[in-house]
Amino acid sequence: MKRKNNEMSTMERVGQGLGKRYRRERRFRMLGLLAIMASLGFLLVLFGSIVSRGYTAFIQTEIRLPIHFDARVFDVGNLARADYAALVKASMRELFPEVKGRRDKRQLYRLVSSGAAYTLQKMVVADPAMIGTTRDVWLPADDEVDMFVKGYIKRDVEESARRLTDQQIRWIDHLAESGRLERRFNAIFFSAGDSREPELAGIRGAAMGSLFTLLVTLGLSFPIGVASAVYLEEFAPRNRWTDLIEVNINNLAAVPSIVFGLLGLAVFLNFFGMPRSTPLVGGLVLTLMTLPTIIIASRASLKSVPPSIREAALGVGASKMQTIFHHVLPLAMPGMMTGTIIGMAQALGETAPLLMIGMVAFIVDIPQGFTDPATVLPVQIYLWADSPERASVERTSAAIMVLLAFLILMNGAAVLLRKKFERRW
Amino acid sequence: MSPYLFPVLVLGLASFAWWQGRHRAFSLVGRHKLHSTPGYYGVLVALWCSVPPLVIFLFWLSCSDSILTALVLKTLPGADQLSPDRLSLLVGDLKNLVAGHTAARNIDPALQLAADRYQELRRIGQVSLGLVMATVALAGFFLAYTRIRPSLRARNHVERFIRWMLILCSTIAVFTTLGIVLSVLFESIRFFQQVPLTDFLFGLKWSPQMAMRADQAGSSGSFGAIPVLAGTFMISGIAMTVAVPIGLMSAIYLSEYAGPRFRAVVKPMLEILAGVPTVVYGFFAALVVAPFIRGFGESLGLAVSSESALAAGLVMGIMIIPFVSSLSDDVINAVPQALRDGSYGLGATRSETIKNVVLPAALPGIVGGILLAVSRAIGETMIVVMAAGLSARLTANPLEAVTTVTVQIVTLLVGDQEFDSPKTLAAFALGLLLFVVTLILNVIALYVVRRYREEYE
Repeated sequence: MKRKNNEMSTMERVGQGLGKRYRRERRFRMLGLLAIMASLGFLLVLFGSIVSRGYTAFIQTEIRLPIHFDARVFDVGNLARADYAALVKASMRELFPEVKGRRDKRQLYRLVSSGAAYTLQKMVVADPAMIGTTRDVWLPADDEVDMFVKGYIKRDVEESARRLTDQQIRWIDHLAESGRLERRFNAIFFSAGDSREPELAGIRGAAMGSLFTLLVTLGLSFPIGVASAVYLEEFAPRNRWTDLIEVNINNLAAVPSIVFGLLGLAVFLNFFGMPRSTPLVGGLVLTLMTLPTIIIASRASLKSVPPSIREAALGVGASKMQTIFHHVLPLAMPGMMTGTIIGMAQALGETAPLLMIGMVAFIVDIPQGFTDPATVLPVQIYLWADSPERASVERTSAAIMVLLAFLILMNGAAVLLRKKFERRW
Repeated sequence: MSPYLFPVLVLGLASFAWWQGRHRAFSLVGRHKLHSTPGYYGVLVALWCSVPPLVIFLFWLSCSDSILTALVLKTLPGADQLSPDRLSLLVGDLKNLVAGHTAARNIDPALQLAADRYQELRRIGQVSLGLVMATVALAGFFLAYTRIRPSLRARNHVERFIRWMLILCSTIAVFTTLGIVLSVLFESIRFFQQVPLTDFLFGLKWSPQMAMRADQAGSSGSFGAIPVLAGTFMISGIAMTVAVPIGLMSAIYLSEYAGPRFRAVVKPMLEILAGVPTVVYGFFAALVVAPFIRGFGESLGLAVSSESALAAGLVMGIMIIPFVSSLSDDVINAVPQALRDGSYGLGATRSETIKNVVLPAALPGIVGGILLAVSRAIGETMIVVMAAGLSARLTANPLEAVTTVTVQIVTLLVGDQEFDSPKTLAAFALGLLLFVVTLILNVIALYVVRRYREEYE
């Protein structure tokens, strides 16, 4: 039963190469797994780096100062005009009586945020009976102090390499030992608008801007998107005009978002003269941007409603319009809403077109309506990412975490909606 | 009373009209047979009562400002001889005065007079708007109400109206495209009147600074788009070399090897990567990736600039992975199982089947998907704005900073702008370029994908 090499049976010949082929198979499979692991690894690094940099922003170092609301300071007629910074300075001097000399004093005052005066002002205006009393007040520390307490500025680096002097660090230690320096929940971050001082900057203004912008977007894009989808799917005759509309919608879905910003700038701002930097214009631009997403999702959802529903309704005498609005549309609604939520999530994360229509302005006030100047969360992130302070990295990461939380919430809602109402016919 | 209350009042009137119309239809039921259900009569009356005044309101909203400004400017002495930019400055001052944003500047009494006149005219306009809207609403109401009779085909009227509304909504997409093309084209034409088209398309130097004075030396500005385009393609190229292999292999693994449970967990996680806002990627690129690459490069003795094409490209690649993988996944799943079974029947292993049968069959679709991804990479803005830099250098070194079309658009248009300098108009020319390039890519890609789908259906 011995044969020469070139007279092998087919099975033997296959068997010879089999090990090599199996190894190649395993390698290919590993490569695929590796690609997936790489993508998930990127995801992990992305989230990890943002969370690890940002979670400390939810805590803020505050200093408890015994403020004497000296009646003499308020002797100016207008409570809002009084020199509140002087109150803070007086209190600091009292805590550190040994500090003499202008330069040292200035360094001392710098430990407390310049926004402390506003905190006091708000307190006094709310309750004028305070004047003349002495109270312990928690005031936000300066962002450099905050960074030091959180450990981002190391104690062992040379004095010239950090923004805090050795003396200031001794003061901070003293404050910490006497229980006057604590890390507390950062309420400012959630209640304030933008600020040049990182310790006073908050996302409330941007969040409200995002809310107003999204309301405009939702109010326009949902009805228009559903209406377009209904027309194209249920009524439109197949002709050149509807073909053109279809091609158009598919193309619009792939047009770079910044081009929509150019459109908004040229048409809404320059041609119609609408106000710059407002949620109204932002919402209009985002409406045009999200429309294709909503239309495509709505059409898919309409398509999935079986024709028997329509035939049954038409059979008992409903008009075409009644068939669609009373029977088909309610059945397609969950799918349309899922598409809309996904479109809104897209709009919430969009930055570039809003830069074009001036929503990048530095705005401290919290917007109250659709025509107030405003910015939105992603643009706020972009603005903070640009600022050089160490503390703003932390704020930026925290703002990103808030934005991502909203996005996950919205996408989660979409998934839930799909799971709950999805029907297989 | 604020004019923004008018639409609310009209809607209130409309609901009253609906109720009245329905009521009247009901009162007719006993004697005759109605053509439509009573609700339709109500809706018809409400539509007649609300739509015309709302249209008038929208019209007023869109052009009252420009009409009033034109009227007031006519009264200003010498306003008609001003150059366009001086005129726009004057209009800006006027608007500020009208809105009450008076800084502590000394105000030209003539301008103050004009502002007062503007406010006066606006008040007259608002009052007459209210009157006109009320008249039209009431006229519509009575017109429709008195015509209600059993033989009136109310349902048909209402349905015809709804149908026209649906058509109107579906044309918005077309108008959007038209708006994009016209707005970008219009400004670009103005740009090309000042800078020749050939200079723009083939120029090798991009420095969009304009001379402040006519005799100033060395800053006449040059608008050659080649370095900008080169930067765009370099970053997109880096992104694609990251995204295509990883995305494609992920898709292959998910559709051919992974079990249903693995797929159910991993696929949504990949989609999270697609849902992360681009500004977050930009921050990640600038804060984590760029310093990492820089440190790594320096440890090898390479000079890496702090904003490098590599960092932006890598992060953009990560962003595009889920895009490539989900498109390829769809396409691979669409390959008929019979083709695979045939290959297995001949004794091929899975990887051989994938490489020799599935991928060639899916190739057109995959190519289409990749083209779409390229178009997305070219149009991506925030990552490059935050991580790629501004210097328009013509270089092949990915460790240097380069600039892209989108970065230039953003830097030219953010901040104060005057609308007739070539500097801002150049942004629109770049926008046109971007739109045309992505449009071509999209059209090809969509065509290829559609053709491919039809092949196996």
